[in-house]
Amino acid sequence: MLARRIIPCLDVKDGKVVKGVKFRNHEIVGDIVPLAARYAEEGADELVFYDITASSDARVVDKSWVSRVAEVIDIPFCVAGGIKTEEDAKRVLEFGADKVSINSPALADPSLINRLADKFGVQCIVVGIDSYYCEESKTYQVKQFTGDESRTRTTHWNTFDWVKEVQSRGAGEIVLNVMNQDGVRCGYDLEQLGRVRDICTVPLIASGGAGEMLHFADVFKQADVDGALAASVFHKAIINIGELKSYLKDQGVEIRL
Amino acid sequence: MSQQDSNIVIIDTGCANLSSVKFAIERLGYQVIVSKEPSVLQSADKLFLPGVGTAKEAMKNFVERDLVEQVKNLTQPVLGICLGMQLMAKFSQEGQLDTLGVVPGSIDKMQVGKLRLPHMGWNQITPEANHPLFKDIPAGTYFYFVHSYALAVNECTIASCEYGSPFTAAVGKNNFYGVQFHPERSGKAGAQLIKNFLEL
Repeated sequence: MLARRIIPCLDVKDGKVVKGVKFRNHEIVGDIVPLAARYAEEGADELVFYDITASSDARVVDKSWVSRVAEVIDIPFCVAGGIKTEEDAKRVLEFGADKVSINSPALADPSLINRLADKFGVQCIVVGIDSYYCEESKTYQVKQFTGDESRTRTTHWNTFDWVKEVQSRGAGEIVLNVMNQDGVRCGYDLEQLGRVRDICTVPLIASGGAGEMLHFADVFKQADVDGALAASVFHKAIINIGELKSYLKDQGVEIRL
Repeated sequence: MSQQDSNIVIIDTGCANLSSVKFAIERLGYQVIVSKEPSVLQSADKLFLPGVGTAKEAMKNFVERDLVEQVKNLTQPVLGICLGMQLMAKFSQEGQLDTLGVVPGSIDKMQVGKLRLPHMGWNQITPEANHPLFKDIPAGTYFYFVHSYALAVNECTIASCEYGSPFTAAVGKNNFYGVQFHPERSGKAGAQLIKNFLEL
């Protein structure tokens, strides 16, 4: 049976791993390579590295650390941040990344998804979506440039329409990051994830809101996602990945131990 | 073959992402070179045929680099990984094109019913008993997969996996071996498989 994936997310800023709350006030949590190695050792199924400054600063993710990660890590990893062209993606993949994830550049030019999928195959093209539930309008909005608070903007896309659009263009996986939930550790947005799951035929990764082990069990069982991504609970050692995986296995979730 | 004097070559297919295979071999203490030179390929002890991307793009690279006949004529052990393994079969439905044909069968879109495609993540394999490529790798071991096309189980299947229906996780014919999963990204089990191949 295909196992559900536990995916620590390492937000990278200026070559260091950082973590903010609701995308703000970033604090340094450590160096990239040792932290990645530790998570792989603890049983992470995959790693995601987001260069959170790259898109908003109009620069390409610094590549040198991708190669250093690939050298040490023997599990798959995905790199996101400022990948705007086929050439950008090619370079990151050549350095040893298994997948590239695009977010803001896909919103700026949706045909980028088609071009990347044609050239590299859908299996290595991940589309990240920053989704925000607006209480006032009762709508799910897609946000762009979330790496920099001052430049974050609301797009014209409704989350569900954008999920359909990126799939039709060749996204091989979708990471749905629910911004209301990010870094606050009170659980994944099960309702929203469940609704996206219904229209998502590619692997779906939940992101934003994990605070305790129960949240992971809930998101796998109730929203039927393929993977759960989290950052602060792992960085701050609130949850140990090995213990989490044993717990999920006991809860009847298909897990690689 | 000792780690020092072995001659291990990754065939430079022009696909992105050759470096993760290279690093995985180096982590085992072996030297490895990446090359498409005929003389280098011919004198290798073991060869890796990696691949990511699409069959069409990869075969285009093969033709441009004059690699088709060269690879078919190799007599040393060759390990195809993921798309590299798929190119070893006769035909690819993905690109509607003929591929190397060193192992039987065609690569078809996976029939998975309501399950998601690509088949992405860690899945369990069932290897053939006592096959040297799977030494110390028991049935039920997880490997990392990421693909939408697969080889049906056939007479050359040496390990199977199931996702919607059974498919070939590993194939072997004569000196040609192929794995649908990514051993270079499959943790300790993957390292064991690469080690087994290098010690064949």
